[in-house]
Amino acid sequence: MNEILLRHRDIKDIGQLAVYRQHEGFDAFKRAVTGMQPDEVTEMVKASGLRGRGGAGFSTGMKWSFIDKNAWPHYVVVNADESEPGTFKDREIMESNPFQFLEGVMLCAYAVGAHSAYIYLRGEFWELAAHLDARIAELEAEGLLGDGLFGSEYGLRIYTHLGAGAYICGEETALLESLEGKLGQPRLRPPFPPSFGLYGKPTIVNNVETLANVPLIVQKGVDWFRGFGTEKSPGTKVFSLSGNVVKPGNYELPLGTTFRELIYTHGGGITDGRKIKAIMPAGASSSLIVADDKALDTPMDYESVPSVGAMLGSASIIVVDESVSMDWLINKTMHFFQHESCGKCTPCREGTYWMRHLTERIHHNQATWDDVILLQDVASNVKGKCLCALGDFSTEAVISSITRFRGDFEAKVGMPLSAPADAELKEVSN
Amino acid sequence: MNPLRERYGQEIDEILAKYPTDQKRSAVMPLLYVAQREHGYVTREHLGQIGELLSIAPTEVASIVGFYTLYHDTPGGKYRLQVCNDLPCALRGADQFLEGVCDHLGVKPGETTEDGVVTVEAVMCLAACDKAPMFQVQSRDGISYHENQTVQSTIDLVDGWRKEEAK
Repeated sequence: MNEILLRHRDIKDIGQLAVYRQHEGFDAFKRAVTGMQPDEVTEMVKASGLRGRGGAGFSTGMKWSFIDKNAWPHYVVVNADESEPGTFKDREIMESNPFQFLEGVMLCAYAVGAHSAYIYLRGEFWELAAHLDARIAELEAEGLLGDGLFGSEYGLRIYTHLGAGAYICGEETALLESLEGKLGQPRLRPPFPPSFGLYGKPTIVNNVETLANVPLIVQKGVDWFRGFGTEKSPGTKVFSLSGNVVKPGNYELPLGTTFRELIYTHGGGITDGRKIKAIMPAGASSSLIVADDKALDTPMDYESVPSVGAMLGSASIIVVDESVSMDWLINKTMHFFQHESCGKCTPCREGTYWMRHLTERIHHNQATWDDVILLQDVASNVKGKCLCALGDFSTEAVISSITRFRGDFEAKVGMPLSAPADAELKEVSN
Repeated sequence: MNPLRERYGQEIDEILAKYPTDQKRSAVMPLLYVAQREHGYVTREHLGQIGELLSIAPTEVASIVGFYTLYHDTPGGKYRLQVCNDLPCALRGADQFLEGVCDHLGVKPGETTEDGVVTVEAVMCLAACDKAPMFQVQSRDGISYHENQTVQSTIDLVDGWRKEEAK
């Protein structure tokens, strides 16, 4: 079922402008510009219950309504930095269903009164940026982008901007700094981008997938959209499935689909018939869920995933089978986070360095149980102490694997000489 | 006249036109890509030339080169073969793949082959986790993705480049 976002799998050539228009493409945008007040579009998106698909799950319409109307100009910035290990959905949407994505950008820009929109793509998406530039040029040639659209006073330009290899630029304020030509380091918030964003002006930053939902919400209506998913998490979601599964890939499913259905029905189960051990539902930033029956039967939506000790995030489901030991896994994630820490906040810059080295030591059989305790201690001193979420993210797999898969670490470093007090192994919480 | 402007005047004007006239600094990243095309890395001269175009100090341009991994300040192979071996790819054999490619080329990750054609690098997630093992190739022509690879298909690709170079 690819009803909203991955329609290119069912509708051949929807990536061509003529075909997209045959399927009511840009009707919603035209109707908005010629017949709706900008706030009406925002209200519609708010009523749809659409939540940001980049990871935070915040109400999209609510975010749009926060735009500061006392300061101008306004900007729309699209977060196409897709860099979370395990996430590869935005790339497919932009590649294969580009006009629906662009129409979403255009509706957002109209709703918040922006005349310029920037699509910030990770530098690796070099070919994709050229592809989008060509689609934007087509829209300009067709009179769907430019000045005085449909005889109105409204005009809009869309520009692509390539990053250059920095995970941190997926954090919205770091992305804005980068777009301004500076180091991609996060800003202190508040103020938030809807009041102080790009060039200090009110700015809406949205993820690619979020915006790709908007044209069909405006075209087919709020009730239609709410017919998918759950009450608090309406709509469908593109789940990026990776790791030890037979058929990795993107799957568009209603929010609230269970892990079991995604992994076994759609993903074909575990590679080589092995048993599943753990699930990371939000990419490398995720806690590790013990993949028991309770977890497998948990619906994947924003409100249910926390009940098994993780977040849905960007829904990048990494499946880990029984052949994997957690000391290896967290060494991998820490290698990533140490490399990607931007260096601005001391706990993250130093903490990821030490965690990486401790996981290295544990993985290479050079550690004792004290190192495992020390690793937890360092993690607890990073969590909640940084400007952005990267520091926190780096601790999730570390803390959850030690508490939930303790046996892996005991097997690796040997049992502690004296039994550790439970307090030492308690999950670190804020 | 600024040598970059002399050589790429129209392209530079098109880049600058994307941003508000009082926010020229936004063009630093696209201009670095233009400069890097010349030799495959950014030279000290480029830093000054870009700084001059944007009215910022060469050290500020250098800080951007240092922060972002796709800019290089030292020469490398003509092709940079950048293998993702992050967690999702590693679960699908990316570490063994990288090792196989390196063994075959006689280099370690980060090193360049003796003929100067290829630099092999281990890089962070490239958003192609379902098509591992995979890598991207960064060259003066830009960046291209190569997915669902084997050591053999990769070696074949490299051999093709070598033939091209030998011409």
